[in-house]
Amino acid sequence: MPSAALADQAPPTAQATATQRAAVQVEDLHKSFGNLEVLKGVSLTAKQGDVVAIIGGSGSGKSTMLRCINFLETPSAGKIIIDGEEIEMRADGSPANRRQIERIRTRLAMVFQSFNLWSHRTLLENVIEVPVHVLKQPRAEAIAKARKLLVRVGLADKEEAFPAFLSGGQQQRAAIARALAVDPGVMLFDEPTSALDPELVGEVLTVIRDLAAEGRTMLLVTHEMRFAREVADHVVYLYQGRIEEQGPPAEVFGNPKSERLQQFLKSVS
Amino acid sequence: MIILEWLGLAESAALLSLSAPGWGSNLLRGLANSLQIAFGAFGMGLIIGLFGAYGKLYGGPVLRDLLAIYTTVIRAVPELVLILILYYVGTDLINKAAALMGYGRVEISGVVAGIWVLGIVQGAYATEVLRGAILAVPPGQIEAARAYGMPALMTMRRVTIPAMMAFATPGLANLWLIATKDTALLAVVGFNELTLETKQAASSTRAYFTFFLAAGGLYLMVTLCSGAVFARIEKWARRGQPSLREGRS
Ligand SMILES: Nc1ncnc2c1ncn2[C@@H]1O[C@H](COP(=O)(O)OP(=O)(O)OP(=O)(O)O)[C@@H](O)[C@H]1O
Ligand SMILES: [Mg+2]
Repeated sequence: MPSAALADQAPPTAQATATQRAAVQVEDLHKSFGNLEVLKGVSLTAKQGDVVAIIGGSGSGKSTMLRCINFLETPSAGKIIIDGEEIEMRADGSPANRRQIERIRTRLAMVFQSFNLWSHRTLLENVIEVPVHVLKQPRAEAIAKARKLLVRVGLADKEEAFPAFLSGGQQQRAAIARALAVDPGVMLFDEPTSALDPELVGEVLTVIRDLAAEGRTMLLVTHEMRFAREVADHVVYLYQGRIEEQGPPAEVFGNPKSERLQQFLKSVS
Repeated sequence: MIILEWLGLAESAALLSLSAPGWGSNLLRGLANSLQIAFGAFGMGLIIGLFGAYGKLYGGPVLRDLLAIYTTVIRAVPELVLILILYYVGTDLINKAAALMGYGRVEISGVVAGIWVLGIVQGAYATEVLRGAILAVPPGQIEAARAYGMPALMTMRRVTIPAMMAFATPGLANLWLIATKDTALLAVVGFNELTLETKQAASSTRAYFTFFLAAGGLYLMVTLCSGAVFARIEKWARRGQPSLREGRS
């Protein structure tokens, strides 16, 4: 058992130096669904502690890009390097090493637009599920930590509740607690507030803002431009599967160069 | 006793008495055999159904076609015919195989044969019930399991199967009741389950009405008890689903 665990912790590939290692590095990522080429060569780097906001119109490929990073979609071509470790791919883009994917996925916590909590488990059970069963942490320890996380997202009194009995905002905050429970190196948010009633958006953004402030590395797909401007260190604008423009938020929002981005910003504000 | 006498039921009570010359213990033995087969067949059906459902949903084209043939044929042919076919063909095949390997005739236990025959029938229905239930699980929940690094088998054990139980229990409850009643069909191959025991008791005593009414009562009791058990199971399986009656909180 210990030897297997050690073997699992394969050393990162050589090209990364320990000091300035990117948390997520995407190189020339392509993805097609049948004949439809959704990503046409996207490269992107998120350093440790960066908050990268990904914006763009509907169908521009934002979700697809995020989902390729943890291989929920298999890329057609390109490279994904997580914390210096390149994900091994076959020629067709499918992961060559299932165990590597599973291990890396536990470091990339995903928060979904539709929450995707496990409906047959209470909030507490949802939060301890991955630590106990995937990461094999002792149950008591996982529960203690889960309780702290639920307090942190303001759900201390709901740990015995089932997801379907809660509001969307509460469910999404629980989903964030579930993500935090794995001590993720990177958090992936796919439009975490898009399924929420307007009056519930604020409570979720408050939690995410907190996480950004404590230096979490995050990739955040969002339609909340004001929020992106406020929390992001770097903003990426996707247009039809390509990065049309990127830079610090003040630049991208304050002084957009591309005409399409100008159009887009006008249309969403 | 006096009340029974007065109702004219003393004779029936004597016939149904558990001690000889009553036939009550024969009936109960038949019931026990029926339940044993129903349990076995239902369990076997669940296992076949789980593999069948996963095969139909995620298997390759060949496996999917084979499963489609299995479920279609089994559900198309009347159960009585299937039981005759599976029982005689099954025992014949086993004996041929035994002969090939140099053994003599194999005595096949009625219970085991009954479980196999009904289990194969149940499996076809369970495949469809469980396939429907798996499809009813929101795909996002399975995706979340994948996204957090759960291996496929763990996802099945920790997420898909418990989540689908909410949708599968009503169909499975039906299957269980069908299993208890299908055991009666095994009477045609001479297996001593409740119906055959009843028939033997009835024809030896000519008290057809008494015995078949008693057997009907036993089947009804099985159904009522099963209903209570499945109601609890369903309540547990649906613990995460808001109830339609109470509305959402
Ligand atoms: N599984 C799939 N099969 C086929 N086409 C898909 C699939 N997933 C996404 N697409 C297509 O890929 C394109 C990009 O989709 P994607 O979900 O990445 O867009 P998005 O930028 O996230 O948009 P939105 O803001 O609406 O979420 C769309 O045209 C979509 O129809
Ligand atoms: Mg999207």
